[in-house]
Amino acid sequence: MVPTDPQGVLTGAHFLDGDYACAEGAMAAGCRFFGGYPITPSTEVAERITQRFPMMNGIFIQMEDEMASMNAVLGAAWAGKKSMTCTSGPGFSLMMENLGLGVMLETPCVVVNVQRGGPSTGLPTLPGQADMMQARWGSHGDYEIIALSPNSPQESFDLMVDCFNLSERYRVPVLFMMDECVGHMTERVVIPSAENILVEERRYTADPPDKHLPYKADENLVPPMTPTGKGYRFHVTGLTHDERGYPVINADAQNKIVRRLVEKIRKNAADIIMLEEEQVAGADVVVLSYGISSRVVIPAVEKARSQGVKVGTMRLITVWPFPEERIREIAANVNSLVMVELNLGQVFLEMDRCARGQCKTFLVPHCGGWVHDPEDIYNVLMEAAK
Amino acid sequence: MTQTAQATNEHPMAEWLRMDRMPHIWCSTCGIGIVVTCFTEALKKSGIDPNTVAIVSGIGCTGRIAGYIRLDSFHTTHGRAIPFATGLKLGNPRLKVVVMSGDGDLVAIGGNHLIHAARRNMDITVICVNNFTYAMTGGQVGPTTPTTAYASTTPYGNYENPFNLPRLAASSGAVYVARWTALHLRRLTKSIGEALHKKGFSFIEVVTPCSTLYARKNRLGSGLDLMRFYHDSSEIEHHAELEKINIEFQKKIVVGKFVDEERPTFIDGYNARMKEVFGDKFKEYGEENGQN
Repeated sequence: MVPTDPQGVLTGAHFLDGDYACAEGAMAAGCRFFGGYPITPSTEVAERITQRFPMMNGIFIQMEDEMASMNAVLGAAWAGKKSMTCTSGPGFSLMMENLGLGVMLETPCVVVNVQRGGPSTGLPTLPGQADMMQARWGSHGDYEIIALSPNSPQESFDLMVDCFNLSERYRVPVLFMMDECVGHMTERVVIPSAENILVEERRYTADPPDKHLPYKADENLVPPMTPTGKGYRFHVTGLTHDERGYPVINADAQNKIVRRLVEKIRKNAADIIMLEEEQVAGADVVVLSYGISSRVVIPAVEKARSQGVKVGTMRLITVWPFPEERIREIAANVNSLVMVELNLGQVFLEMDRCARGQCKTFLVPHCGGWVHDPEDIYNVLMEAAK
Repeated sequence: MTQTAQATNEHPMAEWLRMDRMPHIWCSTCGIGIVVTCFTEALKKSGIDPNTVAIVSGIGCTGRIAGYIRLDSFHTTHGRAIPFATGLKLGNPRLKVVVMSGDGDLVAIGGNHLIHAARRNMDITVICVNNFTYAMTGGQVGPTTPTTAYASTTPYGNYENPFNLPRLAASSGAVYVARWTALHLRRLTKSIGEALHKKGFSFIEVVTPCSTLYARKNRLGSGLDLMRFYHDSSEIEHHAELEKINIEFQKKIVVGKFVDEERPTFIDGYNARMKEVFGDKFKEYGEENGQN
C-alpha cells in the first residue's frame, strides 16, 4: 500500500454528514470517476463529489439510470480509474444484473447503498437495513461479495478507503451498506493527511502481451488486471470464460471460474472481516448489530448490565463475508445470541445458521422508518439472559 | 513488374481476428462477418493506433463481435454496451471506443442509453447491425422489424411500428449518421473510417441479412437472394429527409450519409464550462487523464 494522492484529501477536522464523509472517503481513496443517478437519501454523496472533482482531475457523469451508472463505473474501472456509484434501494435493485458483470469480469469498484425503507419506493427519506440479503444475493448466479457497514460519519470516511482497497486487492465490487440515519447524521469527522491514508494501487500484470492470460490467478486466487489501451488486445466477457478470457460454455469451465470467484473471497475472509467486540469473553448474551442499529444497542446493553446481565457486543463492520467461524466460536460459549437490525430477520438468518443450535438465538425486528426503541432491545436481552 | 501470387494458409485478416477462436458461431450468409471485415479494413486505413482502440458489445449475434476482433474488447450485458463504453471513454479519453451491437441490444433494451449518449455527444462510434430480428434467441420480433414481417413472436405478422434508426440517432444529437447495407462494402468501409475520425457521437446502421431466421420466417430466400434484394432495392441518397427513410417490409431502403456536423463533445462541454467557472485553476480533463 502507498500514501494516497493528496489532491483528493481534505485534511482537517470537519462537521460532516455521513453522505459527505463517504464522498470525502472516496476521493481520499483515489476515486476519480463517478457515474450515478439521483436517489434519496444517497444523492448528497454525488453532489459532494461533483462539486469537488474538477479540482482533482476527476470526472463525474450523471447517467440516465442506474443500469447505465453501474456499467459506466465498470467501463471506467477498466479504463484505469478508481470508480464508484451511489444509490438507494430501488436503484440498487436496478444495478444488480451489472453488479454480476462486475463480479464476473473481476472489476474493482465501489457501490454505495444508503439504505431506506422498502420494498419498492417504500420510505425514501427514512432508514432501513433491509437490503442486506440483496447485497449478498442480489445478482443471479453463485458468487461472493464484500459489504461493509459504517455506524458514523467518521466511519463513512474511514471505511470508504477500506472499500476501495479491498476492491483493488480482490478485484471485486465492494458494497458500502450505509443507512439513511448514518447518511444524514452530522458529526465531527477527522480527515488525516494524505501520507497517513494508505491505498492499494491497481495491480497490473507484469507479463508481456504475448504471454499474458487475463484470468490466470495468483496464489491468492486473484488475477492481476490487464491494462486497456496498452497493446494487450485482450478480451473479457460476462460469459463463463477460461484463463484467456475466452467464452467456454461447459460445466468444467463453469466449475473453475465460479469456484475461484467464490473462493478468492472465502479463503481470504480473515483479511476482509472487520469486527468490533466488547466484553464478549465471559458473556452470557452477545448482541450483534451493524450500522445505525449498533448505536441504538448501547443504552439497552448498559441497562441490562446494570441489572447484572453479562452482555457482550459484536458489531459487524464487514457484514459480507459473514464471520462464520467467530460466531460459531462464540455460540459455543454463550446462552444466547441476539441480532438487532432494521428488518424482519436477514443477517439474523446467518447468525442463526452459524450458531447451529449451540445457543439460543433472538431477533429484535424492526420494519424500518425509524430506529429501534432501546427498551425493545432491553426486553429481548433480559429474555435472552433467562 | 509482375507479382506472383503465393499460396498461403494465412487468413488475410489474421492480424485483426482472434484466429484461435475460429470457427466463429455465425451462420453462413450472415452479414455480421461483412461488418467485421469492413470495420477492420477501415481501421487499418485510418492510421489510428489499434492498441488504443477498444470494442464494446452487448448481447446477441452481433454482441459476439467483441470476442472475435483482436483488439481490447469487452462483451458486456444485454443493452449496456453504450454506458460501458461511456465509462471507458471518460475513464481514459485517449481510447478510441467503438460499440458494435445489434438492433435489439442497442435500440430495445439499450434504447435509452443510445439516445442519451447521442444527446451528450459522447465521443464514441456506434455500429448497429440491423438484421430486423433477435437472431440469437431464435428470431423474435424487435424494435426494427418491419410492420407485417413474421417473427417467432409475431406468428401472424408484426403489427407494431419499427424505429427509423438514422432519424432516432440524428434527432437525439448524433453528429455523424449513416445507413448502409451489407452489400455496400466500399461505402460502408469509407463511412466507418469517417466515423472513427469524427469527434463526437457517430452512428452507422448496417442492414444485414439473417437468412437463418428473418429471411426463412418471411420466405425471402437465401443469403444471396437477400443481397440481390439490397442490390435492387437500395437507393443512395445522402442527406435524405430522415422522416422519409422508414424501412418498410421488402420496400426501398434509402442508404447514405445523412448527418455530418460538428458539435462540442461531453468532455469539450465539461472543460469549457469549468474553465469559465474556475479560470486557470482548472486543469483540462483530457488524454493525459488516462490512468489514475
